[in-house]
Amino acid sequence: MYTEKVLEHFRNPRNVGRIEDADGVGKVGNPLCGDVMVMYLRIRDDRIEDAKFETFGCGAAIATSSMATELIKGKTVEEALRVTNRVVAEALGGLPPHKMHCSVLAEEAIRAAIEDYRAKRQRT
Amino acid sequence: MIYLDYNATTPCDPRVVEAMLPFFREHFGNPSSLHRFGQEARQAVEKARSVIARSIGARDEEIVFTSGGTESNNLAIRGVAQALRKKGNHLVTSSIEHHAVLNVFRALEKEGFAVTYLPVDREGLVHPEDLRKALRPETILVSIMHANNETGVIEPIEELSRIVREHGAVFHTDAVQTVGKVPIQVDDLGVDLLSASAHKFYGPKGVGFLYVRKGTRLAPQILGGHHERGRRAGTENVPGIVGMAKALEVAQDEMCEEARRVGTLRDRLEEELQARIPDIVVVSRGAPRLYNTSLVLVEYVEGESLLLNLDFEGICVSSGSACTSSSLEPSHVLLACGYPHALAHGSIRFSLGKWTTEEEISRVVSVFPGIVEKLRAISPFGKAR
Repeated sequence: MYTEKVLEHFRNPRNVGRIEDADGVGKVGNPLCGDVMVMYLRIRDDRIEDAKFETFGCGAAIATSSMATELIKGKTVEEALRVTNRVVAEALGGLPPHKMHCSVLAEEAIRAAIEDYRAKRQRT
Repeated sequence: MIYLDYNATTPCDPRVVEAMLPFFREHFGNPSSLHRFGQEARQAVEKARSVIARSIGARDEEIVFTSGGTESNNLAIRGVAQALRKKGNHLVTSSIEHHAVLNVFRALEKEGFAVTYLPVDREGLVHPEDLRKALRPETILVSIMHANNETGVIEPIEELSRIVREHGAVFHTDAVQTVGKVPIQVDDLGVDLLSASAHKFYGPKGVGFLYVRKGTRLAPQILGGHHERGRRAGTENVPGIVGMAKALEVAQDEMCEEARRVGTLRDRLEEELQARIPDIVVVSRGAPRLYNTSLVLVEYVEGESLLLNLDFEGICVSSGSACTSSSLEPSHVLLACGYPHALAHGSIRFSLGKWTTEEEISRVVSVFPGIVEKLRAISPFGKAR
C-alpha cells in the first residue's frame, strides 16, 4: 500500500531530532487523531538552514515528516510556504487516499514553525 | 518469515488439504443431486456435520453450514431479530464485539430495533450485573462474544447465558476465536447460537458454521433452494465443509498439547518483552485469556510504525491502531476498556499458533526492543524535557 519511497523514508527518516534554540517550532496534530508532529527550524537571513522533526504517528506520518524537512531545507521562508501537502505527497510517489491527512499535517507543521519564527522576530 | 498473526487467519493443516482434495475432482457432485456423484457428496457433507456436531455437543440438525464467521454472525443476529420481531424490539450486545457483529446491530438500529451496548471493565470483561440491568421485557436477543480477537479475553458466557435464559431471550455467542482452541460444549456454555469459522483453526477460508439450538426461530438471510433445512440456501461448499470437519478433528486431538506448548511460548514472550522494554502494557494480563494471544501497548509510539518495522524484520503481526485501517479511530476494544487514545494507538497483537517455535519467539524478543527504541527516538513524547 506504500510506495518504495515512503517505505525508504520511513525506514531511514532524515532530520530526526530537535534543534535547541530553534528559530521556529511548530507543533501540530493531537494524540486523539493519532499523529503529532513537531518541526524545528533554524533560519538565517530568511533562509531555512536546518530543519528537524519529531513525530508520533504511522508510517506515512513519519515519511512525510522526513520528506517535508528535506524539501524545505535551503529554501527561503517564502519558498517553504509553497511546499504544500501535495508537493510532499508527490515527492514520495503518492500516498494511499486515507493517508493524505498525514501529508496535511506535514504542511501544517511547516506553516506553524514559520509562523512561530515570524512571531518571535516581531517580538525582538 | 515469522508469522504471529494466527488470530487473523491460519494456514491450512496439510491433513486438512489432503482430506479436501478428492472433493474438487473425483467427488465433485452436488449434494442435492440424486445420482451417485451427488449422493457421495451428500454423505461427505453429512459426515462432516456429525463430526462438528459431536465435537461441540450438538445434534447434527443443529449445525448450519455458512461461508464463514461473518455470515454466521449475520444469520444469527438478523435471523433471530427478524423472526422474533413481533415479540420485542430490544437487543443487547457488548461494546467490544467484532465488526461482523457490531455492524449488524448498527444496521438493525436503523431498521427500528433498540440496541444496548454493554460496557466492559479495564480487563475487557462484561459484567453479569450490567447485563441483568440491561434486560427489558421486550429483549429478544443477546449476543456476546466468547473470546475477543484483539485481547484474547474470554467472557463468562456460562454466567451471562444463564441470566438471558432465565429472562426468556435468545443467546448468541461469536466463538470464532475459541472454536478449535478451547473445549466447547454448547450445553455447558448455555448458548442458543454459536458462530465459528474454519480458517481460524487451520481449515480453509470461505467456510464456517452456525450452531442453532433446536427450537430457535431463525429467518434465513440467503434465499434460494431448500438447503440446510431452509436456513441457508446455496449449494454446499463440499470441499470446504469436509476440510472444516477435518480441521476440527485435528484441533480437538491436539488441543491440550497445543494449549500447553503455545501458552508457554506466549508467557515467555510477554515476560521477556516486559523485562526488556520500559513503559509497555500487556492488556488484560490478569483476565481469563486465550493462551495464544498477547496484546501489547507501547507508550509513545504508534502501532502501524511498529508493525511495519517488524515486517521489515520478517515478523508478521497485527495492530489495532487507526492507521492500519481506513478509519482514524483506534481500536474500539481498547477504548471500551478505558485506555486513553494515545495509548490505544500503540497496540501490537501477537497471536501464536501451531507452527510458532521457541526460536521465533527468541527472535521477536531480541528485535522488538530495538524497534521500540528507534521509534521512541523519533517520537516527541516520553522524553525528559
